[in-house]
Amino acid sequence: MQTTKPTVSPENASAAENEHARITPRTRRKWLLLRQDIPGWLYRSLVTCSFLSLFVIWWWATEHELLNRIFLPTPESMLTAARGVFTEETLWIDVGASFMRVGAGFALSVVIAIPLGILIGSFRVFEALLQPLAEFVRYIPVPALIPILMVLFGIGEFSKIMLIWVGTFFQLLLMVTAEVRRVPQDLLQVSYTLGASRLETMRLVIWRSAMPGIFDALRLAHGWAWTYVVVAELIAANEGLGYRILKFSRFLQTPKIWIYLLVLGLIGLVLDFLFRSLNRRLFHWVDTAKP
Amino acid sequence: MTLKVQQLAKTYHSRTGVTHAVLPTTFEAGSGEFISLLGPSGCGKSTLLQLLAGLDTPTAGSIHLDGAWVNGPSRERGMVFQSYTLFPWLTVLENARFPLDLEIHQDYSRPSSEILTEIGRVHSLLDLVGLDAFKNSYPRELSGGMKQRVAIVRALANQPKLLLMDEPFGALDAQTREEMQELMRLLHAHQKMTVFFVTHDIEEALYLSTRVLVFSARPGTIIEDIAVPFGAIRDPELKFKPEFIRLKRELTALLHPAHEANFDRTGLLRRIISTSS
Repeated sequence: MQTTKPTVSPENASAAENEHARITPRTRRKWLLLRQDIPGWLYRSLVTCSFLSLFVIWWWATEHELLNRIFLPTPESMLTAARGVFTEETLWIDVGASFMRVGAGFALSVVIAIPLGILIGSFRVFEALLQPLAEFVRYIPVPALIPILMVLFGIGEFSKIMLIWVGTFFQLLLMVTAEVRRVPQDLLQVSYTLGASRLETMRLVIWRSAMPGIFDALRLAHGWAWTYVVVAELIAANEGLGYRILKFSRFLQTPKIWIYLLVLGLIGLVLDFLFRSLNRRLFHWVDTAKP
Repeated sequence: MTLKVQQLAKTYHSRTGVTHAVLPTTFEAGSGEFISLLGPSGCGKSTLLQLLAGLDTPTAGSIHLDGAWVNGPSRERGMVFQSYTLFPWLTVLENARFPLDLEIHQDYSRPSSEILTEIGRVHSLLDLVGLDAFKNSYPRELSGGMKQRVAIVRALANQPKLLLMDEPFGALDAQTREEMQELMRLLHAHQKMTVFFVTHDIEEALYLSTRVLVFSARPGTIIEDIAVPFGAIRDPELKFKPEFIRLKRELTALLHPAHEANFDRTGLLRRIISTSS
């Protein structure tokens, strides 16, 4: 203040000081304003902090042996386990197998859920026919379906893929439906008055308008696919991340379990990031200022 | 172009009872008219517009445009909404030529020279409304007034017989609103299309129209059909001319009868006087 305005009088200086005193607590409180943005550096350092403190708590807990080291291994033993796991071929076989199952089950969900969701969201007839049914199935816990799936499809690859399909399809269907319904009625009406037929309105307006939301629904449903692949592999499998975790637990190889969990978390994080950045790139036209 | 509306009515049936949105209404309209539908909010003037667009079906009566019965939406009757209805995934130019692109796909037999002239027309309309520098912008980059200008150009791309406008400037600030009125005035003088313009703003109706249909409060019906005596070329100065003000006062009296204040005006006034003395 004083350096920029060298001619400041004593009264002004005290006024400026008062103002400064009045502003400082307010700027500090700004970080806790509802839904208000915070500076980027603060956001990034808070993210780092949360990971770092988790690490510190873990290190501290193992150092003082708060938990048996068999269940919560030390950072050093984790490091050796990681070195072992990442050099072994099995990890990549497991990742590949799980990826294949998630890919197949999820792709099957997507190709059916998107067209069907558009139909349900656009036509009351299809809504009446399918939505209550989908809601009903959605509430059946997926692991409870395992015996049925095994009876129906055996214990091979296909029943695992079907488990992922059941787990993601009905959720995704209802999310797509909701996105389609959110397309403003005015957009449909204006399309009709511009000469668009119903089919053209669906293809050129409903589909295009709902696309960003549907894409985000894919991101969420994709996460559940990874949950169900682990569930599927706990039953009967010869490879896969879930299968390997179960096997490690039989031999009490907890450090390796933790590494595999870490790998699962990382895969999720990377895929989520890819979905998000692809969404931003594909749908740059979305007006984020609008609710 | 002649539009014949005969005994047109719309009633809504619900569990709580029957609502008469539009009472039987009859009127005619000819080429080049700029007709404002003026009335208090909720009087059914928007419903009438929806019926003219073919977006809603009447309970009784009929609409004929050049002898053809109106029974659904068509590119002959373009519409501009109060909400912003640009397609956000298309640029300004793509939005404006959307109806032409539809036509190209619907009818491959059309000569390409004809299509090129129409596309050229869209370009020159965009230039006319001052959007030449924004043809490749997306709607999210535009102000409210600019969005509505694109919407008007898009509706005009089809060269519709009727241009239906449902409070198109209702969401704009006062200054932009006046700019848009001026633009609409000149566009109408230039394009000579027939316009139906829903508004509850008396001044807007008078300044823009060649004819004002005044609606009563719900259930809505036309209580007055007024020819506006000003020429095609109007100046914003017109709003201060005695003739304009006289008409405005007349319409105000029609729309807001003095005795119809829905709060205790005298009681409030008395209280203000007693506390201030």
